[in-house]
Amino acid sequence: MSTFSAIGDEREIDRDEYTPSVEPQPTWCPGCGDFSVLKALKQALPEVGRTPEETLLCTGIGCSGKLNSYLDTYGFHTIHGRSLPVARAAKLANPDLEVIAAGGDGDGYGIGGNHFIHTARENHDMTYIVFNNEIFGLTKGQTSPTSPKGHKSKTQPHGSAKEPIKPLSMSLNAGASYVARTAAVNPNQAKEIIIEAIEHDGFAHVDFLTQCPTWNKDARQYVPYIDVQESEDYDFDTTDKVEAAEMMRETEEALHEGKVLTGRYYVDDDRPSYGAEKQAIGEMPEEPLAERYWDDDYEWERSHDMFLDKHA
Amino acid sequence: MTDDELIWRISGGSGDGIASTSQNFAKALMRSGLNVFTHRHYPSRIRGGHTYTEVRASADPVESRGDGYNFLLALGDSFARNPQEEAVYGNEEIKPLSENLDELREGGVIVYDEGLLDASEIPDFDERVEENDWHVYPLDLRGLARDMGREVMRNTAGVGATCALTGMELDHVEDLMRDAMPEKILEPNLEILETAYNQVSEEYDIDAPDVSVPTGEHDETQLLMSGSDAISYGAIDEGCRFIAGYPMTPWTEVFTIMTQNLPKLGGISEQVEDEIAAAALAVGASHAGVKAMSGSSGGGFALMSEPLGLAEMTETPVVLVEAMRAGPSTGMPTKPEQSDLEHVLYTSQGDSQRVVLAPGTVEEAYEQSRIAFRLAYEYQIPTILLYDQKLGGEMKNVPKSHFDREPNPTLGKTLSEDALADEPHSGDGKFHRFQHDVEDGVSPRSIPGQKGGRFLATGNEHDPTGHIAESPDNRVAQIDRRTQKLEAIRDDLDGEDTGSYTGPEDAEYGILTFGSQQGTVEEAVERLNDAGISVKSYGVSDMLPFPTEQVEAFVESVDEVLVVEMTASGQFRGLVQKNLGRYGEKLSSLLKYNGNPFEPAEVVDGFEAAIVEGDGDASGHQTTFVPAAGD
Repeated sequence: MSTFSAIGDEREIDRDEYTPSVEPQPTWCPGCGDFSVLKALKQALPEVGRTPEETLLCTGIGCSGKLNSYLDTYGFHTIHGRSLPVARAAKLANPDLEVIAAGGDGDGYGIGGNHFIHTARENHDMTYIVFNNEIFGLTKGQTSPTSPKGHKSKTQPHGSAKEPIKPLSMSLNAGASYVARTAAVNPNQAKEIIIEAIEHDGFAHVDFLTQCPTWNKDARQYVPYIDVQESEDYDFDTTDKVEAAEMMRETEEALHEGKVLTGRYYVDDDRPSYGAEKQAIGEMPEEPLAERYWDDDYEWERSHDMFLDKHA
Repeated sequence: MTDDELIWRISGGSGDGIASTSQNFAKALMRSGLNVFTHRHYPSRIRGGHTYTEVRASADPVESRGDGYNFLLALGDSFARNPQEEAVYGNEEIKPLSENLDELREGGVIVYDEGLLDASEIPDFDERVEENDWHVYPLDLRGLARDMGREVMRNTAGVGATCALTGMELDHVEDLMRDAMPEKILEPNLEILETAYNQVSEEYDIDAPDVSVPTGEHDETQLLMSGSDAISYGAIDEGCRFIAGYPMTPWTEVFTIMTQNLPKLGGISEQVEDEIAAAALAVGASHAGVKAMSGSSGGGFALMSEPLGLAEMTETPVVLVEAMRAGPSTGMPTKPEQSDLEHVLYTSQGDSQRVVLAPGTVEEAYEQSRIAFRLAYEYQIPTILLYDQKLGGEMKNVPKSHFDREPNPTLGKTLSEDALADEPHSGDGKFHRFQHDVEDGVSPRSIPGQKGGRFLATGNEHDPTGHIAESPDNRVAQIDRRTQKLEAIRDDLDGEDTGSYTGPEDAEYGILTFGSQQGTVEEAVERLNDAGISVKSYGVSDMLPFPTEQVEAFVESVDEVLVVEMTASGQFRGLVQKNLGRYGEKLSSLLKYNGNPFEPAEVVDGFEAAIVEGDGDASGHQTTFVPAAGD
């Protein structure tokens, strides 16, 4: 038996395999957009042929972090804002794993914003799903980094004086090689985008609009939504950074004017992933590092033999 | 103070090549058969500012900086700030000479570069020379180097002059230069070395050097190594192949050494956006089945508090190193202190479940780096290696054989897929990663990608499968199990012999210390016994779990104990009292927190003043005495 025989296991996968017996029913509020992310993942993973035991899902803290309790894979429910550094190290340690990170807009664009920018810049081969509901849900309705200017809450009683974060533009500028936005109310598109994101060889960022019926009634249901690929009103080249940037800008402005634009915004299939870049400069082994610890024939190097003579 | 020693201090400006020149000279002395120990002093400044390195060399073993020094090579600060600014900064150019005079011993030698320095600008210089019986050799090192093509070679000229004045043969220095210097600069450097040597020898008739180089012999190959080197090699020999970090003085040394070596070993180093990420990456890599580390110094380590707590709660093995410098906040970035002890022991929310080791010497740094990895992986617990700018940067000779040990890449209680199949699982196939009743509290783990090993790691309290759980029974069972690991680790450490004892067993008095002050304290203990004072010392390395039994036995066996540490608030003494629960009336403190480590004489004088004379007034030193409770 090999060390990690779940990896590359070619078999039929049942969607139910991803449903844990301990907590099969999520405790998100009725009507919450988070259900759609869970559903899209349960649909996408069998389709891309990734079993629960070759998938590592890393989440942050918040309603979105509960995803780990409802999607049965190897999981790491980390701390607020830090899913990305944990996830990308796991990918470096074992590139054969399917690594998915997920968190909310506060988690990813607020407290973890620095990690988001740098993980995108490095272009790790992983998927990052941000549950964007423009609110802090689990802590009961405070203004979040994506809440629109003027948003009133108990912590911003006079209305937020801040411009919201523009996640798509930020992602593109930071260096993500796949940037998309989908919405909970558009399950078919969501599934397709998650599949593309998982299959993309690089950092795939999906800004997933997940309505919060409890704390963010203003944002309603993110309807009506428009798919920018399907609508005849929009025509731009997703491989062109300038056109992508313009479309993102329009999308981010339109959201707060009641127009929900979604779809693929930027796709760069040519840029090598970070792992490939590191291997090319000799800073990462070709074989997964995690395998080495199980290789009985591996001759572990000693500092005594390799590095000490220069000190003599 | 041994008479038969050379303590050579080379001083100049930051950026003048003081560190590399001193390192080469120390190595030459080591190769000549001597024991060496270096001490660095440098400002937190990019270019310029007074810096020096001391090289102490003796036929006897040396484990500390000395008391003062006896040979000064003052090169002048070539990056001194605009002389017009003198009103603000003072004359910076002259500082490599003027700032070093206070610690020069009577009868010592001064060589200074008169091409750059004018001794007449130093108030009362001639009087002080006469008073202290110093031997002064003004040499135009810069002029000589300029004549021979490159001004930077004045360092080499200074070494040539040193050899001539101390009666040291040039061959070891020449051999080293051949090893260390690229072809292009080697020839002119060899030439200037010899020229300076000959000029000094001819100009001054040196039959009996004022201060001479002792002679010694090693019976086996020696290595010149720093604490940072030793920590890095210990990590490598334990199979660590992943490091993540963010630069910060003085931790950067370990990060750099690992980063340069890991690619040669098929390992991975990541320089990341901040220390939160750095520690989180180490946790992520370890979770995925690789032996991983991170580290920082005070401020950066503060950012690691959260990932550290996550490693505790998820029982992810990880080693963090913490290179202390003087705090609080940015403090004094290039100066040693031991005042992060409490920070490292207690930072992060909840009841701490971690291991903290503080090695005392370069040899221990290697050994305890290995122990840190072994404990982290065997017991699935974050382990912190606590050291400081002093231990990290000082160099000493260590026999090569010390490192001739087998590698240990094992991951600890990590199951193969075959073994996983026999372990308890839930109905849906979830592996019970966090079982309640297991030996030593260590629940075996699986690695993502393994069939039959699926589980959830979470920073929330969790049940055996990792699922978030808040039931009181489970909570108590999990906390008790995780705590049980620390008890097992204490027993384990008892077999590792990490403590260091010096002095007669039946001594009347005791000195307790921890970490990098150990060597200095041990030298002081030897001198005190030579002077007829019966005292022994115990250098403690295990900060958590604390060796309560051993420390209690030590304290119990003597009349009074002086606790020596580089903190202002007596943190180590507090830790001793916290763990022992009594003996407050027996423990007094000798503290130093001025940015410089103790000299042996400061410990000797401080001990005599505090314990023997009882008033604690050690005049002339910048140390602080804090009496025992009730005194």
